[in-house]
Parts: sequence; structure tokens; C-alpha cells
Amino acid sequence: MVELIISSERCKSCGYCVKYCPKNVLEIGKIVNEMGYPHVQAVREGDCIGCAMCAQVCPDAVFEVYR
Amino acid sequence: MMKRVFMKGTEAIAESAVRSGLRFYAGYPITPQNEIPEYLARRLPEVDGKFVQGESELASVNMVYGAGSTGTRSMTSSASTGISLKSEGISYCATARIPMVYINMQRGGPGVGTIHPAQQDYNQATKASGNGGFRMIVMAPATVQEAVDMTYDAFDLAQRDRNPVLILGDGMLAAMMEPVVLPEMRTEKEVQQLKEEQKEWALIGHAHEEKKSFIVPGYWSVEDQEKLCIENNAMYQRWEEEDTDVEELYLDDAEIVLVAFGMAARITKSSMEILRQEGHKVGMIRPKRISPFPKKAFDNIDYSNLKAILDVEMSIPAQMVYDVELAVKQRGRIETYLRSGGEIVRREEIIQSVHALIGEEK
Amino acid sequence: MESQVRKAVYTRTKTLNGNVLGFCPGCMHGTVFKIIGELLEEMNIEQDAACVLGIGCCGLAQEAVAYDVTTAPHGRACAVATGVKKANPDTFVFTYQGDGDLASIGLAETMHAANRGENVTIIFINNGIYGMTGGQMAPTTLNGMKSTTTPNGRNPEEHGSPMHMCEILNQLEAPIYLDRVSCNTPRNVIKTRKALKKAFQNQIDGRGFSMIEIVTSCPTNWGASPLKCLDFMEERMFAEFPLGVVRDRQEEE
Repeated sequence: MVELIISSERCKSCGYCVKYCPKNVLEIGKIVNEMGYPHVQAVREGDCIGCAMCAQVCPDAVFEVYR
Repeated sequence: MMKRVFMKGTEAIAESAVRSGLRFYAGYPITPQNEIPEYLARRLPEVDGKFVQGESELASVNMVYGAGSTGTRSMTSSASTGISLKSEGISYCATARIPMVYINMQRGGPGVGTIHPAQQDYNQATKASGNGGFRMIVMAPATVQEAVDMTYDAFDLAQRDRNPVLILGDGMLAAMMEPVVLPEMRTEKEVQQLKEEQKEWALIGHAHEEKKSFIVPGYWSVEDQEKLCIENNAMYQRWEEEDTDVEELYLDDAEIVLVAFGMAARITKSSMEILRQEGHKVGMIRPKRISPFPKKAFDNIDYSNLKAILDVEMSIPAQMVYDVELAVKQRGRIETYLRSGGEIVRREEIIQSVHALIGEEK
Repeated sequence: MESQVRKAVYTRTKTLNGNVLGFCPGCMHGTVFKIIGELLEEMNIEQDAACVLGIGCCGLAQEAVAYDVTTAPHGRACAVATGVKKANPDTFVFTYQGDGDLASIGLAETMHAANRGENVTIIFINNGIYGMTGGQMAPTTLNGMKSTTTPNGRNPEEHGSPMHMCEILNQLEAPIYLDRVSCNTPRNVIKTRKALKKAFQNQIDGRGFSMIEIVTSCPTNWGASPLKCLDFMEERMFAEFPLGVVRDRQEEE
């Protein structure tokens, strides 16, 4: 049972997580956060395997991953 | 017809310098004056001049020491903390008698401070730009046009005196854009001629029969160093008589005299206009050169009529106020209105301060 | 009902005090500070740590980290770090500097701290440009690359060629660990963490001077999106600044 917590208020829309997720879980959505950036969303959360590549590569510590 | 162009303070200064004959610039990035090196990186090669992004402010001022010693019109620029790094080099230019111009776009301080405008380098600029007690002509433009005109003249004064000249601006002047009339571009022939005039002392190579160039920032003999100090001092005294530059407004009926320079003066002047419209007898003294300080302007105040002088500076603690006190010679009351650290003076607060002073005296 | 133990795979380091980092989108400063924080916690040295920041975008971390921090004058972080470490050897001292800070104005201080073999850890962020001041040439700017002070591209005949600081320090006797890494992929982030951990351990063990050069991007001043900058790193930056260990005295033993 994988839990992916996204602190969307920290996201700056860089796109690294989307590029490096091996399971295509993530997309930059259309909702804009308070800083003005369209933030990342887990659109296929069920496919997440908890590898935490997104958390590794994110410059803004957006992700927390639990298994 | 005089063509007006809309230019940013930094770029206008850079262009004016080129038109005055600048052919060597070395500098280092620091906010808020980055456009000066950036502009000159493009512009100087167009006039066969040389641009170097020095590895530091310290390296840059030493490159200017070198270039200036050849009689080439040379310049460097920085902001506050970067200017501190240049202290040694400027002091060397003062003893070695090297003409050069430099620009300080002041920012909040001390230390690395903030990147916003301030006037916290007044003492450094007028009293202690480096060790040894040397002085410079220090210009304090309050508009981009003044910055343009003063920069153009600075090179002539530097050459006349064989001494560094400082243009003291700030982050506001650096960043703002105003319409300006640029001076005529000196022809290549004129620029060459200006360099030729200095070849006797310049570090360019001299034949055996000629007097060699001897550019030295110090002497082995104390007699020689003292002699230099005495000669330089005579020059400084001459400046006090002949080279002050000041704007005096409404001193004949003034009960309150505002004193300010640079961008603070601009805001102070508009406060004065409003106060005069309100019917208050407010005047102003605006040093356009803060060194030599225009002491004589303070003799034009009617002290029997004066309630107070208000010294307005973007510096806490106040710095120019001490030169004001020396000029006033205890003939009148001096108060200050100050902001600092990058905060600019506010018109409303200047007006409030004047109201308070007038109210108190009743 | 089966009870499952919820295991943390990746959590946010507490050394980032919650203020959103002021770096631009895609800037890897954030990635590195995240890694540093994780290591300080993992190695249990957060309470002993003092960071000496350089001047530049690194300064944005000043208010965002929860451990002791000072900002050195531009270029002087290695000298300030020398002072801190010599005066208080129990402090875990690391510098965090950009390319202008470490290799331009601070070149002398960097060389001499390295030459003396100070027992500190130098973290050198190399993105080949001046960030905070708006895109001027850095000592590590690539040949041909445009910047605001090289409008026609860096020309080796006029501006010299990029400087390779790991290789330059490799000429000195004292440094014990010089490694060049990047944070452009998750795998490289993990390698960066490994390199920094080794460098930190060197200091804890009192073994001497380590420098980790981290090749990064600057989307704002390179003038491209964060993702496009990753391509540029692959195409050009790593060719100029090859990733890998330059010196590891521990391996040599």
C-alpha cells in the first residue's frame, strides 16, 4: 500500500518529477498554487510503486513517500 | 536639434563615459550596477576600447590603475561593499597620481547589506575612500541627466588633477529611466590628443634621454611622501575655492532649510515645493558635489530668520550632517530626518518632520 | 484486519524550516540543500553543523535552513570556514558556494584553504553563469556561450577558457577528496548524496579537505525551461565538466 503525499504549495512546475517517474503517475495539472505555478498532480496514483524517484529529484521537497 | 533618448541611469552613465573618451573599463558584477559592465562589454569594442570583466572588484581597480597609468581614460564601477574592496587601489591612484573615474551605486549597508538604494557611503566617499587621508572630487547626481553630465566632466577633472574622481549614485538612480540629452561624442582624434597630453608622465615607455615614467604609490623617503601630501593638500584647498557645485533654493526667506543630496534631494525638493505651496518658508541647499563640500552656501542662510536646518539622508546614523555642522558653525539648530538600510526617504515623512519643527518653534 | 507498518520511504528533512526556498523553478540549489539536510540528520551532526554560505543565489538559503548559518563576503567562504574550524574544531563546517564565489573572486581563498588541507567540506555549485546578478560570465562559462558580459559568446582568446576546479585543486598536495557530481537525474541525485556523505565523513574523521563540485543548470540565465536545461547539461556541460571522482586518497590507500 503506497502513499504519495504532494505538498502542492511548494511546487514550482519544473517538470523533473514528471520526466523521471517510471510509471507515468504524475502530470503538471491546470490548478495554480498560491505562488502562481501550475502544480504537479498524481493523475494515476494507483500506478505508484513508491520508488521515490520524484522525491529524489524534486528541488523543492514537494513529495513524501510511504509504503 | 538636441536629441533626447530614454535611458537607464547605469547605461546613460556608461554611454556618457564613452563619449567623454573612456577606452578602458574593468569591473565585476554586483547589483545594482550590472548594466554598466554589460553595456560596456558591447559598446567599448565599437570604439576600439577594451573591456574586462575582472575576477573581482579588487582585480578590476588594479587593472584601472594599470590602464590609467598609460594616460588612457579608464573607469571602474561597483556598489558599496564592492567599493570597499577597491579602497587600496583608489588610495594607490591618489599617491601615484593616476587619473581615473569610478562609480558607486550605493546600496543598503553596512556589510553586504541590501540591494536597495541608500546613501550610507557618504563618509567613505568623502573622507575615507582608502587609507591615507586623500581626497577626491565626489559628484552626487540627482537625475539621470546630471549623471550623464557629471560623468562626462569627471574624466576631464581626473585628467586635470591626476586624481581619482567618484560619481556617487545609488540603486534608484541606477535603475530608473529618464529622457536625457547625451553629450557629443569626442572624435578619435580628440581622444588621442587627450592621451598624448599625458605622455610625459604615462607608463608607455620612454627613451633613455627622456624623463622616465615613475608611477609610484609610495616612497622610500618620508620627505618625498610628505611632499606629495603637501602638494595634494594644496590641490584640495584649491578645490574648496574653485570646484564646489551646489544648488541653493529660497534661502533668502527660509525659516526651515532642507539639506540633501542625490536621490534623497529629489524627493526632498518635491516636499519643499508642497510646503511652499502650503505657505511655509522652506528653502534648500543641495550639494551637487559633496566633496569639496559647499560650505559657503551655508553663509547664505539668514540665521536670524532660521528656525532649523533639516538634514535629510538615506543613512542611519547620519553622515553628511557633520559636514553641515562644520559649515553652520553653531549659528543655527540642525535636525535630521533619516531612513536607512535600503529604505528610501518618504515625501510625507519629510513634510511631517518640517511641520513638527515649525510647530515646535511656535 | 491486517495491521501494516507504514514505512517512510522518503520524508522531508526538518532542516528546511518550512519557508519555501526562493530559488527559481528547476534550480538544483533546492535539491542540494535537501540532500545536505537529509545527511546532517542521518549522520546526527545537525546540532554541530555550521554552513558558510557564499554570495549569490546560495544566499537565498540564509533564511530557509534550520541549522547555524553565516554568509561570508563574496568569495571568502573558504577563509571564513578556516576561521570557524580552527577556532572551534568541534563544529562541522561546510561551505556552499557558486562558481563566481569559489573560482573567480574567491580563487585565492579556495586554493589556500585547499593547500593548507583545512578539515572542512566545500560544496561547489557549478552552473556556468552568474545567477543572482543576472547572467554574467563565470569562470566556468562554456566557450561560445553567450552571457550578458560576453554578448558574442565566450571567446577563449579574449576571455580564457572554462576553469575546472576539481582538476586545478588536484595539483595541490593536501586535498583528500575531490569529486564531481550532478543532480540532473534521480540516479545522479543519489550519487550526489553518496559523495557528500563521504566528504562529510572525511571531516568527522578529521582526515582533511574535501570538495564536491555539483554541476547544475540555471534556467533563468541560460534562458531555457528547466527540462530543456537538462538536455543542455547532457549535451554540453558534462562534456566540459566530466562527472566522476578526480581524487580520493581513501581509495588510493
